[in-house]
Amino acid sequence: MKYIDEFRDGDVAQKIAASIRAEADPNRNYHFMEFCGGHTHAISRYGVSDLLPANVRMIHGPGCPVCVLPIGRVDQAIRLALDEGVTLCTYGDCLRVPASDSLSLLKAKAKGGDIRMVYSSADAVTLAQKNPDKQVVFFAIGFETTTPPTAVAIKQAAALGLKNFSVLCCHVLTPSAISSILESPEVRQWGTVPLDGFVGPAHVSTIIGSRPYEFFAEEYRKPVVIAGFEPLDVMQAIRMLIRQVNEGRAEVENEFSRAVDRDGNLKAQALVAEVFEMRKHFEWRGLNVLPYSALRIRGAFAEFDAERRFSVSYASVPDHKACECGAILRGVKRPQDCKIFGTVCTPENPVGSCMVSSEGACAAHYTYGRYKDV
Amino acid sequence: MSETRKPYIRPLDLKHGQVDLAHGSGGRAMAQLIDELFARHLGNEYLGQGDDGAVLPLPGEGRLVMATDAHVVSPLFFPGGDIGCLSVHGTVNDVAVMGARPLYLAASFILEEGFPLGDLARIVQSMAAAASAAGVPVVTGDTKVVERGKGDGVFITTTGVGVVPPGRELSGRRARPGDVILVSGTLGDHGMAIMAERESLGFESPIVSDTAALHGLIETLLGSGVDLRVLRDPTRGGLATTLNEIARQSGVGMMLQEKALPVKPAVNAACELLGLDPLYVANEGKLVAICGEKDAEMLLSVMRAHPLGQAAAIIGQVVADDHHFVQMTTAFGGRRMVDWLSGEQLPRIC
Repeated sequence: MKYIDEFRDGDVAQKIAASIRAEADPNRNYHFMEFCGGHTHAISRYGVSDLLPANVRMIHGPGCPVCVLPIGRVDQAIRLALDEGVTLCTYGDCLRVPASDSLSLLKAKAKGGDIRMVYSSADAVTLAQKNPDKQVVFFAIGFETTTPPTAVAIKQAAALGLKNFSVLCCHVLTPSAISSILESPEVRQWGTVPLDGFVGPAHVSTIIGSRPYEFFAEEYRKPVVIAGFEPLDVMQAIRMLIRQVNEGRAEVENEFSRAVDRDGNLKAQALVAEVFEMRKHFEWRGLNVLPYSALRIRGAFAEFDAERRFSVSYASVPDHKACECGAILRGVKRPQDCKIFGTVCTPENPVGSCMVSSEGACAAHYTYGRYKDV
Repeated sequence: MSETRKPYIRPLDLKHGQVDLAHGSGGRAMAQLIDELFARHLGNEYLGQGDDGAVLPLPGEGRLVMATDAHVVSPLFFPGGDIGCLSVHGTVNDVAVMGARPLYLAASFILEEGFPLGDLARIVQSMAAAASAAGVPVVTGDTKVVERGKGDGVFITTTGVGVVPPGRELSGRRARPGDVILVSGTLGDHGMAIMAERESLGFESPIVSDTAALHGLIETLLGSGVDLRVLRDPTRGGLATTLNEIARQSGVGMMLQEKALPVKPAVNAACELLGLDPLYVANEGKLVAICGEKDAEMLLSVMRAHPLGQAAAIIGQVVADDHHFVQMTTAFGGRRMVDWLSGEQLPRIC
C-alpha cells in the first residue's frame, strides 16, 4: 500500500534502531511519554519497544478519547437512551465503556435502548433526517480531531432546520491534558514520574498545528516532537527526542511535516470556534476536574445541545476502587501494575476505560504485549 | 412432488411476488413454494421422497461426522457469492476439515414476510449450483416464515453429514511443538468483500468473497501421504481466532511471521481504511493446516498445485508455551501477541 508501507518498513526500522542505540547515552535513562492512544497502539502492535535499548522507555499518555471519558458522561448518554427514549448514536469504541450499575451503552442497547454505532457525525444527521418522529442524539467524544466533524453536523442540522437532532458534547482539549500531566505532583514536585519529553499528537496537530506545544517546551523545558501514527514515525520521533535531550534543547519539532504545520487547519479552527465555547470545568477520568479543558455548544446553537434539550444533568461517579486507570492515564503506573489487570479486568469485561479501546494502554498491553509479563 | 399432480393454476410470481405467512403455514401455498422453488432446483432422489425425513443408504466403513451452521449474512448478495452458496460451502467445509467426505446436507430456511420471491429463487438456485458442484445433495429441508420485521430477509441453517475413513485422525488437539502452520491462500477476502459492500466502498476492482467448498482440496492434501495433524477453516474471527482455538486445544503456543502472511493489497487497503486487522477478518474458502516439520514443504507444494491453494504459504511454527499464546514477529522487526478476537469486529459476516 503506497504511503503506508513506506512507514512500516522493517529494514528502515533497523537502521533507525541502530542510530538510536548509538546516540542514546548509556549512562542515563530516557523517559518519553507518547501522548496519543494512536501512538500507544502503534508501539504495541508493531513491537516498537523491542527495537529500543533498555534505557529508552515509553510511558503511555492520556490521549485516548474513550479512556478519559468519565463514568458520569456515559451515564448521561445511557439515561438519554433508556429514560428519554432517544436514538443515541456514537462511535464504536464508546459502546463498551463501563458506566454505573454495571451498564455500558452496549448493555443498555440489550435492555432495549435504541443505541447505534456510527462511523461519522454525518451519519447521525442522516438518521435524524430519515426518522423525523425520533429524537436523535449524537454522543460526541474525542479530542480536537473529532471536534470539527461535530461542528459540521450541528451546522448541517441547523441548515436543514432539523428539530430532532442534538449533540451530547464531551469534546476535550489536548493542551489541557498535557498541562495537567506536567503540573501533577508526580512530575513537578516529587519526580516519581520522570519525563524527558513528549511524542506529540499526530491527527490532533493537523487541526491545532504545532504552535500550542511551544508553551510546554518553553515553560516546562520539555522537548516535544510531533509524530505520525506509523511505527517509523514513532521511531524517528524517539531519535529526535534523544538528540534534543543530549543537546540540552527543549523545542517543538515536527516529524509529521507531511500533514502538520505550525498553524494547523485554520478553517477547521474557525468552524469549531463558531459552534463551541470553553466549558469552565470538565471532569476527566484519571485527571479529575480540569478548568477550561473541554467544549460546550454555544448559545447560538443551543437547540442542538442535548444537555439543554433534555433533563440530564451531570453527576460525578467515582471509578471502581481497584481500577488504576487514573494513575495509568497520568503515567504514574503501568497497566501490569494494576491488581485487576488481566484477571478481573479484560477486554471482554473491562472494569476501567483503558481496557476498552484498542488505543487504551491496558487494552494495547493486554492484546499485544502481555507475553512479556509471564 | 408426484408426477401426476397438475401444475398450479397460477405459478409463483417470481417477478413481483413476495413471501407471505401462508408460505410457512403448512398448507397449499407452502407446498407450492416447495414444489416450484426448492424441489425444482435442489431436487434429487432423496428430497423427492417427500417424507418428513430423508431415508439414506448407510455409508460404508468409517465414522460419521455431523456439523451444522446457521447463516445470517448481511447483505444477502455480495461480490463473489450470496447466502445460498455460502450456506452450502460453510457446512461442507465444517464436515470436510474433520477429514470426512461430505455426503448429505439438510437445509432449513427462515423467511421474512415480504421477502421478494425472485430473490429467494436466486438464492435457491445458487445453493443448488453449489451443492451440485460439490456433489453433496440437499436431502431434506424445512421452511418457516416470520412476520415482517422479525427476520432479515432470509436465514439459512444447513446441517451436513459425512464419513471419515478408518485411520484418519484430524483434530485441533493434535498440534505439537515443532509442527509447521500453513494457510491455503490470502486472508480476509470474504469479510472485507462483505464490509466493502456494506460500507459502499467503491473500489476500482471490487474485493470478491473467497467462498468455496474445500473438500476437494482437503481430499488432495489427505491423499498426498503428508502427516496432517490439524485442518480448520478460519471463518468468523479469522486466522487469529482459529489459531488461538487450536493452541488452547493442543496446549501449545505458536509463533507466526507477519511477512509470510498472504493478504491481497485491496484487502489490506480496505482493512486499513476501516481500522481492521486482516488476521481477524473472516474467510470462507481457506484452510489452516498444521503438519510435521519434515512434511511442510511437500504440503505447501501440494496445496499450491490445487486451484484453491495457489497462494498457499507457510506462516509459522508451533512452539511449546504453557500460556498457549499465539505470537508474531512483526514485519517491523518487533514481537507481539496475536490474541483472541475481543468483542464483535464485524457482525453478520456469514
